[in-house]
Amino acid sequence: MTELSKTGAAVGEPVAASPAPTAFLEVRDLRVHFPTDDGLVKSVDGLSFSLEKGKTLGIVGESGSGKSVTSLGIMGLHTAGQYGRRKAQISGEIWLDGTELLSADPDHVRRLRGREMAMIFQDPLSALHPYYTIGQQIVEAYRTHHDVDKKTAKRRAVEMLDRVGIPQPDKRVDSYPHEFSGGMRQRAMIAMSLVNNPELLIADEPTTALDVTVQAQILDLIRDLQKEFGSAVIVITHDLGVVAELSDDILVMYGGRCVERGPAEEVFYEPRHPYTWGLLGSMPRLDRDQQERLIPVKGSPPSLINVPSGCAFNPRCPYADVPKDNITRTVRPELTEVGSRHWAACHMTQEQRERIWTEEIAPKL
Amino acid sequence: MSGAAQSDGATLTKTKDVAPGEVLLKVTGLQKHFPIRKGLLQRQAGAVRAVDGLDFEVRSGETLGVVGESGCGKSTMGRLITRLLEPTAGTVEFEGRDITHLGVSAMRPLRRDVQMIFQDPYSSLNPRHTIGTIVGAPFKLQGVTPEGGVKKEVQRLLSVVGLNPEHYNRYPHEFSGGQRQRIGIARALALNPKLVVADEPVSALDVSIQAQVVNLLDDLQEELGLTYVIIAHDLSVVRHVSDRIAVMYLGKIVELADRDSLYKAPMHPYTKALMSAVPIPDPRRRTAKSERILLKGDVPSPIAPPSGCRFHTRCWKATETCRTTEPPLLELKPGQRVACHHPENFEDQAPQDTVLLTAAKEAAELVADEVLAESAETSAALAAETSGTEPEETAEPVTKKAETAPEPEPEPDEPDDK
Repeated sequence: MTELSKTGAAVGEPVAASPAPTAFLEVRDLRVHFPTDDGLVKSVDGLSFSLEKGKTLGIVGESGSGKSVTSLGIMGLHTAGQYGRRKAQISGEIWLDGTELLSADPDHVRRLRGREMAMIFQDPLSALHPYYTIGQQIVEAYRTHHDVDKKTAKRRAVEMLDRVGIPQPDKRVDSYPHEFSGGMRQRAMIAMSLVNNPELLIADEPTTALDVTVQAQILDLIRDLQKEFGSAVIVITHDLGVVAELSDDILVMYGGRCVERGPAEEVFYEPRHPYTWGLLGSMPRLDRDQQERLIPVKGSPPSLINVPSGCAFNPRCPYADVPKDNITRTVRPELTEVGSRHWAACHMTQEQRERIWTEEIAPKL
Repeated sequence: MSGAAQSDGATLTKTKDVAPGEVLLKVTGLQKHFPIRKGLLQRQAGAVRAVDGLDFEVRSGETLGVVGESGCGKSTMGRLITRLLEPTAGTVEFEGRDITHLGVSAMRPLRRDVQMIFQDPYSSLNPRHTIGTIVGAPFKLQGVTPEGGVKKEVQRLLSVVGLNPEHYNRYPHEFSGGQRQRIGIARALALNPKLVVADEPVSALDVSIQAQVVNLLDDLQEELGLTYVIIAHDLSVVRHVSDRIAVMYLGKIVELADRDSLYKAPMHPYTKALMSAVPIPDPRRRTAKSERILLKGDVPSPIAPPSGCRFHTRCWKATETCRTTEPPLLELKPGQRVACHHPENFEDQAPQDTVLLTAAKEAAELVADEVLAESAETSAALAAETSGTEPEETAEPVTKKAETAPEPEPEPDEPDDK
């Protein structure tokens, strides 16, 4: 149980093994495991994807599916932190603009962090330091990477606060986080993460703590800023609405692995994995006529210590018995191409899935 | 899992004094002000007006959904009608009986009839008690011995909500979030309540689990004839579960209507904005930005709510009247009560008032032109239709407003904007 199962180690998406990726960000077979007293927690277990500049990737999944661990892994925040005196075990490759981050010098990664890649966290109240003013925190982020005096940095901070839509930025720059409302704090954090014009921005549940009206403002802001700065953005969320709103590509995670990945339209209109169907069916929708009943996914998400053998989704999958020979319970399915730039990891044949989707699932949504 | 609920649910006995459709709970002028005390003498320096005058009723067998942003007073409302809090003013009548100021002991027999499901399944279950003790507590507190003994009844309740009755001796930490929420529901159902108030029952749960709990609540209502008040911030969940919906803003109900009327033709601008803000899980609709109304800023503080209509600081239709006069909650259409001077999809209530406030001019920039044009059209059409009162006068100002608002450079606005 505590051994890394190397046998099932296959690159999720067919990418060449040569170390010269063309994409701006490329993650290959990323694994993040945490040793605990109860066993090895395989939070991320073989994840691969790539992302171009100016594009947005949405990572969707339930709690404990490994979304946030992936983002912290890319930021290189796992190696620095220790979990109960034991470090996380990370393997795989993360290529950012031609540099491999996992094998790189920690000092080099530290220089990239904040400058090349930045992160927006879910809860701005705990991500911002309560003891320093918003201005001081943005100035610090800027001066860490730019050799400028405090005045210039502060001017830059005011400029950024103005850009993210904080009224009276020259006054508010001296406010403390507790003096801001939830939406304003989130804006301030976005200002802080964008102060160095990062080329990769990771937003981990950026609007989960906010009200819908404020959420709409923040989503609008993220979209506009991306257009303006042309950065690559990864949005991590459990809300399919938010993903549909922002993403070009969608990656659905389940039990630490990618189960489906493809262009947003394809994933929403031609999903090819039963878990994606489940997510779409569980969601009451405002844009459709009233559904009689929601179609929930039975059971609950798997424990990452004891991921079900075979397909991790098999205990909850209504179609687990469609493929022959009990294969869903013994062999872990790999991602296979089901459309152009669209992959899904399921043992059912393409035809079976197409039929189930068009005949059984889609009419009920 | 909801299958279990279906099979065993029928065995729960229905006790009903109020026929379905009759008023079970009636609330009039309900207020709750939390005092803010300052200084050495703890003198009252002000008050958080969490709930500031609510009037509504809940009919037996229906589900009333309550939506609103955080801080609008919806949870306080839930605690007031279950009498976990004492109202500052107003009355709460349950089955025709005034329960507003009943003491703890006088309330106790009523607690059987009114139960609550809490938001956080982690903090609402005592970690040191077994599931059996937790679900059996209501019997102990009320001194009721169910037929066949407490243990048997608890196990039956567990199977009603789709849990394994053999888990009677387990502790809350052994269950997942969705299962814990089911435990909370089993506890609430133990004494056959008439009214169940659920405060954000699914917001702490994962999407796939949310659907399970929503379906369970649905099934239980059907089988036991329960009446629900469901408080939530998620508009799509509320639409799914409710028969009628109350939209709250800063301690007041701004709109109260049947589900379908509310979602098809919202009349209060806030309702409209709130619904348009929900991200639609459809990538093809993303470009259709024209449908979205972005509200500016945050909800004002309930310590000093804006004068007149509380929404006027963020509304794109706000006029002088809105700032000075508070709009009453009126039944403008059958089954649709709205508190607004300038409702959407309806005749203007204050047609003589056409001068937009500065706030409205700013807000209008965030409203897509299509929305403004459309709302002006429908209002004008409706006004002409119901031309009881000088149709020209009503139609004219509305169109004028539509002209001034979406124009890229409205000349008279300039000095105000700076």
